[in-house]
Amino acid sequence: MISMPELPTGHVLPVLATPHQILATRCVDVDPVAPEVIQLAADLLATQRVSPGCVGLAANQVGVGWRVFSLNVSQHPKARIHHGEFVVVNPEIVEATRNEKGREGCMSVPDFTGDVKRATRLTLKAFLPVTGEEVLMETDAFEARAIQHEVDHLDGFVFIDKVAGAHAIYPRQTYL
Amino acid sequence: MSSLAVTVLGQDRPGIIADTTSALTDLGGNLEDTSMTLLRGHFVMTLVVSTEADAATVRSALETKFAGADLDVIVMDLHSVEAPTTSGDSYVLSVHGADRVGIVAAITSVLASHGANITDLTTRLGGSLYIVIAEIDIPAGVSVPDLETAIAAVATELGVGATLRPAETDVL
Repeated sequence: MISMPELPTGHVLPVLATPHQILATRCVDVDPVAPEVIQLAADLLATQRVSPGCVGLAANQVGVGWRVFSLNVSQHPKARIHHGEFVVVNPEIVEATRNEKGREGCMSVPDFTGDVKRATRLTLKAFLPVTGEEVLMETDAFEARAIQHEVDHLDGFVFIDKVAGAHAIYPRQTYL
Repeated sequence: MSSLAVTVLGQDRPGIIADTTSALTDLGGNLEDTSMTLLRGHFVMTLVVSTEADAATVRSALETKFAGADLDVIVMDLHSVEAPTTSGDSYVLSVHGADRVGIVAAITSVLASHGANITDLTTRLGGSLYIVIAEIDIPAGVSVPDLETAIAAVATELGVGATLRPAETDVL
């Protein structure tokens, strides 16, 4: 589990859907102790908590082009290792191994799901908001997949950019 | 033994595949490669069938089977062709952006002009989002960076995003 510093009250923000230029643009590194970044961290968590089925949100999904994402896979049945509910700043995947294909959805691509090959073992280096503390997170399974999905967002990619082939994208009626 | 291409298209309902393949089985038809899918509520399939029956007999049998149903049937003779050999690598191209006329035409024209061969392609429309996923063979000798640059230029003109990456094949 990540020991998250205390955050201010977050506000629920609207989540953007593709096509939108900010979702196709690489986000920029920011100062994890800056007040605006701390508020964004709180807003991401507030938005994630009220969104059914949402396990992670990248800053550009709420219209902010900064390298910040929130995550919480603790209630997901496919999760093994998990670090609870957290927000990280300037994340960097330093090691990723053991690829497996899995089905992904995304709040920013509400009408489709897709099969994407992702590493199932992963080490993430990032910084916590408020304290700026550097954290090194080793994880696996669904948390590893979710982290790669969020880091892709921050690099300007959605899962459509990574689907395995022409028959690896599926219509979806509702976001779950 | 002749090889036929049988295409059936119509409003989706349970039983189209069962009816079609039963009629073909009754004629001794053996299914080879097939593709069957649902496109915006219409079910469509193309089946390559080897059979002693000729195209007219197969068409007649299917039309009898589908009497009263809103299904179109096309049956064509196929001449045997050699499977194309490729000396290149397989790639997957993802294109997505706001729907507009001409995305597929523009992107596939760039691929064709570079000698890249599309082996499978799916498009999907959801809301205003248009998605194209293409599997492509790029012949040895074609510069992949040059092709990527050409695709990026057309994608920028169209206002869409495009990602080209090697298809991952796990041979076990």
